[in-house]
Amino acid sequence: MTSPDNLPGSPEGGQAPEAAVPAVPEAPVARHGMFGAQDSGDTSGYGGLVVRRAPQISTPRPYGSYFDEIVDALALDDAIERVVVDRGELTLHVKRERLVEVCQKLRDDPALRFELSLGVSGVHYPHLTGEELHAVLHLCSITHNRRVRVEASAPDSDPHIPSTVSVYPGHDWHERETYDFFGIVFDGHPGLTRIMMPDDWDGHPQRKDYPLGGIPVEYRGATIPSPDHRRSYS
Amino acid sequence: MSTAYDEATEGKVYSVNGADWDQVVTGVRDSEEERLVVNMGPQHPSTHGVLRLVLTLDGETVTEARGVIGYLHTGIEKNIEYRTWTQGTTFVTRMDYLSPIFNETAYCLGVEKLLGITDRVPERAQAIRVMMMELNRIASHLVAMGTFGMELGATTPFLFGYRDREMIMDLFEYITGLRMNHAYIRPGGVSVDLPAGAVDKVGEFLKEMPKRIKDIRKLLDENPVYVRRTKDVAYLDLTGCMALGVTGPILRAAGLPWDLRKSQPYCGYETYEFDVATERGCDVYSRYLVRMREMEESLKIVEQALDRIAGPLKGDPVMIEDKKIGWPAQLALGPDGFGNSPDHIAHIMGSSMEALIHHFKLVTEGFRVPAGQAYASIESPKGELGAHVVSDGGTRPYRVHFREPSFCNLQSFPAMAEGGQIADVIAAVASIDPVMGGVDR
Repeated sequence: MTSPDNLPGSPEGGQAPEAAVPAVPEAPVARHGMFGAQDSGDTSGYGGLVVRRAPQISTPRPYGSYFDEIVDALALDDAIERVVVDRGELTLHVKRERLVEVCQKLRDDPALRFELSLGVSGVHYPHLTGEELHAVLHLCSITHNRRVRVEASAPDSDPHIPSTVSVYPGHDWHERETYDFFGIVFDGHPGLTRIMMPDDWDGHPQRKDYPLGGIPVEYRGATIPSPDHRRSYS
Repeated sequence: MSTAYDEATEGKVYSVNGADWDQVVTGVRDSEEERLVVNMGPQHPSTHGVLRLVLTLDGETVTEARGVIGYLHTGIEKNIEYRTWTQGTTFVTRMDYLSPIFNETAYCLGVEKLLGITDRVPERAQAIRVMMMELNRIASHLVAMGTFGMELGATTPFLFGYRDREMIMDLFEYITGLRMNHAYIRPGGVSVDLPAGAVDKVGEFLKEMPKRIKDIRKLLDENPVYVRRTKDVAYLDLTGCMALGVTGPILRAAGLPWDLRKSQPYCGYETYEFDVATERGCDVYSRYLVRMREMEESLKIVEQALDRIAGPLKGDPVMIEDKKIGWPAQLALGPDGFGNSPDHIAHIMGSSMEALIHHFKLVTEGFRVPAGQAYASIESPKGELGAHVVSDGGTRPYRVHFREPSFCNLQSFPAMAEGGQIADVIAAVASIDPVMGGVDR
């Protein structure tokens, strides 16, 4: 963080940027400044920036398009934590203990018929305390030509999500991949082993806290920092 | 040959290092074990790259088959997280290296969805994308057919397939500058417009290609050896396809006309006239027929796209007219053989400091993408190729996951091969057409 004596004299000091973004007052601050410059005087002007995290959205009814019909036909409102409609896509955030039940109904109910699953993807959000690990399922209904995204989350301390292989047998390799990369343990999977990384690999590489390692170079004792420690705009 | 007793494995282990098959045969004959577990791959000429198949054999019959993958894992999805959104295209293009244009398009459609600019991508760019994708589909199917023939013992289809694919590679090289790994499709459009003469070259290709497809059909369609090796082999019906998430030619060979170009169109596919090829055999031969028909349909689409590019859309922009997203430079091949943009360089170096700053910022920092997630899917030659793209609002992707059709389809290989002959394992894997670069990413 830029030390205040580098900034132009301003009575509000660090308060000024807060007022500049009134549109999302509830959004938590992700970080201050840019390029990760924390030590020396940053004269670029970026040091005073405040970057906010996008708030978690939850869409109220009506959802529009065919989305209301899906949620109505599913009729498992107590299993759904929140519904998000964003960029023309419906996302159902499902309680993990009810995931299999929801998938079963999505597949078998004549009004839903999501026969085709396009697999399980993982996302690691270290800043979402209590729901760091997400398993994301993309389902497609060939009967109705519709799509839905089902998301279940687990905390880092208890990375367990029930396996949906019993509903969608094609999830076998997908869950192994998500386990391999994120460490999400899919309970009930017939053989949850690593699939991409070697069997004796330590850690789960796609997690955000996975150390990337720098490259030791002999240039005045300097080391090239790992990509996640380099200056970045993001 | 060496034999050893390993505590980690069951029974005797034979490892063959050279031409010492006789010793293995003698060893197995004396053994009391009924079952023989054979490792096929990871290095094997007919496994399409580094794929390992673990086959449990009872005589010539495969009683259990397992696929082992991961030998070509390169961490592309992780790498993208430390590059800008535009740089992402250069990574995804290397996934399924036989259909690079599709990887780029799926990724760019995902990014465009996140940016909310899907409708603002110029029509000419969409037409070029469609033309490039369909050319790429033909190239990918030609490799599938060619290697397929070779693996079943016929080398002529292989030579024909690669010879004809070369015409498409030449077109790609002429248009994008590279034979493979083009990074041609970019968020907001395509990187450069077609060079002068490209329309004529594609036109010549369209005249030549139907003959070439007929040649391959003449070789294989009625070939008794080929038909007997492929008919009723590696059977997987619609139920099996649905359960295992199999899409693409395998699904269409099971009778379901499911093609995202028709059912959930993107890039303006709803405005093109073409048919979805289906067959009912659920076997390797049907998959072959579906691929051949798809090549013929692709030619139709290329022709229509080319008419638009050369006709009503001539001279239109190929990149979104949003200065915050579209790169300002329009590269052109210079006399030194390198791509450059002389007018743009004169502008930023000579007359406008602001343009220089803007260019520098856009290229090094990149654009920001509003937070959220999107899933974009397209019909690649292998099936549904989906890009799950997550943004945290920054200049780099937060997470990009590819739903690779090769990965999903390869899972169905045990269902096709178990209970069949070991020779049919080759036909089964070849009919899936897995590309390990896509499977392992």
